[in-house]
Amino acid sequence: MDMILGHYNYWMVIIIMMAGFYTVISRGNLVKKIVGLNIFQVSVFLLYISIGNVKGGATPIIETGVDLYSNPLPHVLILTAIVVGVATTALGLALVVRIKEAYGTIEEDDIHNQDQSL
Amino acid sequence: MIENHLSLLLVVLPLLAAPIAAVLPNGRLPWAVSTLVSWSVVYLAAWQLMNVSTGQVISYELGGWAPPWGIEYRIDAANALVALIVSGIAALTLPYALKSVIKEIPQQQHALLYAAFMLCLTGLLGIAQTGDIFNLFVFLEISSLSSYALISLGKKRQALTAAYQYLIMGTIGATFFIIGVGLLYAMTGTLNMADLAQRLPELYEHRTIHTAFAFIMVGFALKLALFPLHVWLPNAYTYAPTVVTIFLAATATKVAVYVMLRMVFTVFSFTFIENTPADELFLLLCVMGILGMSFYAIYQKDSKRLLAYSSVAQIGYMMLGIGLGSVLGATATLVHLFNHALMKGALFMAIGALVYRVGSSRLEHLPGLGKQMPWTFAAIVIGGLSLIGVPGTAGFISKWYLVLAAIEKQNWLIVGVILIGSLLAVAYVWKIIEVLYFKATDELEHKYVTVKEAPLLMLIPMWVLVLANVYFGFNTELTVGTAEQAVKLLIPSAN
Repeated sequence: MDMILGHYNYWMVIIIMMAGFYTVISRGNLVKKIVGLNIFQVSVFLLYISIGNVKGGATPIIETGVDLYSNPLPHVLILTAIVVGVATTALGLALVVRIKEAYGTIEEDDIHNQDQSL
Repeated sequence: MIENHLSLLLVVLPLLAAPIAAVLPNGRLPWAVSTLVSWSVVYLAAWQLMNVSTGQVISYELGGWAPPWGIEYRIDAANALVALIVSGIAALTLPYALKSVIKEIPQQQHALLYAAFMLCLTGLLGIAQTGDIFNLFVFLEISSLSSYALISLGKKRQALTAAYQYLIMGTIGATFFIIGVGLLYAMTGTLNMADLAQRLPELYEHRTIHTAFAFIMVGFALKLALFPLHVWLPNAYTYAPTVVTIFLAATATKVAVYVMLRMVFTVFSFTFIENTPADELFLLLCVMGILGMSFYAIYQKDSKRLLAYSSVAQIGYMMLGIGLGSVLGATATLVHLFNHALMKGALFMAIGALVYRVGSSRLEHLPGLGKQMPWTFAAIVIGGLSLIGVPGTAGFISKWYLVLAAIEKQNWLIVGVILIGSLLAVAYVWKIIEVLYFKATDELEHKYVTVKEAPLLMLIPMWVLVLANVYFGFNTELTVGTAEQAVKLLIPSAN
C-alpha cells in the first residue's frame, strides 16, 4: 500500500507519460499529436518537481530556525525545460498551420495519400 | 584575454550573430555577417584544438561559478575536434550558400534563414563544448528547433511534413534524454559530467541508473538516427534546402554521435555497458542498419534521398566503434565522424550544384549532366570513392580502423559486414555516376546542352572538401592523432 500511496506522484508521472506518448503515436491528427507531446512533456516536469522534494523539508527560502530545505534546483531546471516545451509547441503549431495551407488537411492519412498520388 | 575565454566565445559569437542577421535587411548583409562569424569561429576552434591537442584539458567556469555547482565547459581533444568539424563545415557551407539560397528560397526569408543557421551553429557548438549534462539538453534543443525551422524552408510542401515529423521524433528523443538526466540527478545530485563519472560507479547496481541509461541511449539514438529510429532522416534531408541538407548531414548527426561517445565512455563506463544488453544491441542494430539501409539506398530514385539513406548506413559504422567498446573502436568512431563529415559535405554540395543548375535532384532529371559540369562530376566521383572507402581517400582510413577494431575483438561477422557494406556503397555510388555520365540520351543531351558548370563560389567550398578527402587519406596526423589523444581522455582506463 505504501508502495502505491507513498509514491503517488511518481505513479501519476508514469500514467501521464504513457497517455501522452500513446497519443503522439496513435493519433493521425497533427494537432492532437502536439497535444500528446505536451502531455508527455508535462509528465517530465512533474517528475523533476517531485525529485526536488525533500521529506520534511521546508520551502527553500532561508529562514532562522529551519535547517532542512527542499532542493530548488530541479524546479529551476524544469523552468528551462518548460520554456523549451513552449517553443517546441509554438513551432509545431506554426508548421501545422503551414501544412493546412499547403495540403488543405491536417490528417496524416490524407497528407500521405496526397503525396503518394503525385 | 581572448585565450581565457576562447571556449565561451565559440558559442557566444554565433549566438550574437543570430539576432543581428535577423534584423538586417534581406539581401547580402545577413549572409556577410554569418560568413564572417563562421570564419572567426573556425579560427577560434582551430586555436582551441591546438591548445588541447597535447592532452591538456581546458576547464572554463561560466560566470565564475566553480563546478560542480556552476556550468563548466570542459574541453579536451574530443570536444575540440568536434567543434572544429562543426565550425569548419559551417564556414564552408556559408560561402556556398549565397547563390544556392538566392535560387531556392524567397528573398524575404533570407535574413531569417541565416539567423536560424547561426542558432543551429550555436546549439551544435554548445553541445560540443559543454561539460554539463543539462546545459547539453538546452543546446540540443536550440540546435534542433532551429533545424526544424530550416528544414521547413524547403521549396516543396513535403518539406513541411518532413520538418513536422522530425519535430515530433526529435522532441520525443530530447524528452527521453531529460528523463534520463533527471533520474541521474535524483541518484547522484550532480549534473556535471566529470562529477557524474566519479559518483556513478558505486551506484552501478542500482536499477534507477539502468533506467536512466536506457532513456539517455534511446533518446540520443533517435537524435542520431540509429536504425530503426532513422525514419525522420531521409525525408528531412531530401526536402530541406540544399544548404541546410549539407550542414545538417555533415554536422548534426555527428554531434549526436559525439554525445553518445561521451555518455558511453566518460559518464558511464564501458564496464557498466558490458553488464547491460546495450553493447550487443548496438552491434546488432548497426549491422542491420549498414546492410539494410545500403540496400535501400541502391533503390532510391532521388540522389539526395539516396545519400540520406547512405548517411543512416554510415551512422551504423560510427556506432559500431562504440558497440565494440575498445580503444581502437572509439578511435575509429571519432575518425569516421570527422571523415564522414568531409565526404557527405562534399557529396551534398555537388548534388546541390546539380540542383542549382537543373532544379531537381531526381535521378531521372540528371542524365548526361556529368559532361556539362565536369568539375562537379569529378567531385562526386572522388567523394563517392571516399564514401566507399577506396585507399587514398579519407574513407579508407576510418574503415581501416573499424576493421582493425573488429579484428582485435575477433568479431569476424563485423569485419564481413563492413566489407559487404563497402561493396553496397560501390553499387549506390555507381548508380549516381552512371546516370550522370553514361546514361545520356539524345533528347536530354539536347536539352542540357546550355547547362554550364556551377558558379565558382559553389565550386571552391566543394573542392576544398573534396581535396580534404584526399589529403586526410594520406596525412592522418590531425584525424587519427587527435582521435587517439581524445580517446585517452575519453576512456580513462585506457592509460
